[in-house]
Amino acid sequence: MKDFFAMGGYAAFLWPAYAVTFAVVAWNIVAARRAHQEALLEARRRLSTDADGDAS
Amino acid sequence: MDWTWFHRLASPPHIYRVAGTLTPWFAWPAGLLIVSALYAGLFLAPPDYQQGEGFRMIYVHAPSAWLSVMIYGVMATAAAVGLIWRMKVAHAAAASCAAIGASFTFVSLVTGMLWGKPMWGTYWVWDPRLTAQLVLLFLYLGYMALRSGIDDLGRADRASAVLAIIGVVNLPIIRYSVEWWNSIHQAPSVMKMERPSMPFDMLAPLLMMLLGFTLMFAAVMLVRVRAEVLRRERGASWVKEVVS
Amino acid sequence: MTPRQRRIALVVGILGGVSLAALLATRAFQDNVMFFFDPSQVAAGAAPLDKRFRLGGMVRPGTVARTAGSLDMQFVVTDFQRDVPVRYSGVVPDLFRENQGVVAHGKLGRDGIFVADEILAKHDENYMPPEVARAIKEKHGGVMPVNPDIRSGPRT
Repeated sequence: MKDFFAMGGYAAFLWPAYAVTFAVVAWNIVAARRAHQEALLEARRRLSTDADGDAS
Repeated sequence: MDWTWFHRLASPPHIYRVAGTLTPWFAWPAGLLIVSALYAGLFLAPPDYQQGEGFRMIYVHAPSAWLSVMIYGVMATAAAVGLIWRMKVAHAAAASCAAIGASFTFVSLVTGMLWGKPMWGTYWVWDPRLTAQLVLLFLYLGYMALRSGIDDLGRADRASAVLAIIGVVNLPIIRYSVEWWNSIHQAPSVMKMERPSMPFDMLAPLLMMLLGFTLMFAAVMLVRVRAEVLRRERGASWVKEVVS
Repeated sequence: MTPRQRRIALVVGILGGVSLAALLATRAFQDNVMFFFDPSQVAAGAAPLDKRFRLGGMVRPGTVARTAGSLDMQFVVTDFQRDVPVRYSGVVPDLFRENQGVVAHGKLGRDGIFVADEILAKHDENYMPPEVARAIKEKHGGVMPVNPDIRSGPRT
């Protein structure tokens, strides 16, 4: 196990690279979903203000 | 020629619904492929005779580099379709690509630097391949800056589409820089016409990772396209049905 | 022309124009875009001999000589047509090996010896496990061929 994490002496280069890669993959998933949620929220907000406008 | 079918296909409510249906079909295989590729790449693939365990960098570097170039191609194609057929959904698709592409260009540069230091002896040199890849990052950033700098959506779509199309010239430069000019970067091992320069045990995890990353991009892009379409169509009646 | 055909022509025009500009620019700056020059180019006078430049090629097997007790070393860079001897003092990267690609940054002396102050290794696109590499080398009399057939090794 220790050998695996040492990666033949390349641990200091390999693991940060894997970390950056999968951090960016995760960011892409989170950011896309957040953008969609925000767009839904915004559309809903607009819908309710429109409805208020009709009522007054 | 009658293009009405094309425009009906690309109508915002249709695209919004289809994108929503398709997303899980890309997302789950992508997750499965990436996790298996990680296991195979880190545990099953043998070390390289020259680079030892350090060669495992290829399993994150090559897929991100592939995505960075492929996404630009998708973005420029969508931008051209948007420009030629005046199709808003195509512009929305192009706009959805930029942030994803920029993020993986960044990853390809960082992982490349972390590979270059132990293998070549330097984090960075102003080599044709490396420089062209840095230009790609600036193209993405310029595209996003241009879009955010223009308030009128239609003008932003058209201006950024022209920039995206101009940048296409950089793609063959990236691909062939290692052949046209002497470069420190090695020639492609897999993305070429001949047989891959890699045995199956090393190649299989790489191909799985390449496919997994591509499907992951498709899923992320579809979600972003939905967000973008929704934002553009806020007042439309179909949106009311979707959100209520 | 319909408006759409005009827009298609615009897109094609942009692509064509920019491609032409890029082609002309890269041809004009060919020498500056070249990251390194190989020994044949140096022999043909293509390299800027009055300035520092990068020399690239393979490390000729059996030519690496280190001076004991210092970091001084000497080796020959070859492209299998011409040779250039290189002198260097310092640490070399992991992949600096005989019969492997190398890029040396420095100046060519009047004596024909290239004095380098920076050594970068350049690896090729071939990947294989150590056992396969050993088997291929044995088959070729102890030397790795330029285009090794990775299938000729044993199954791992």
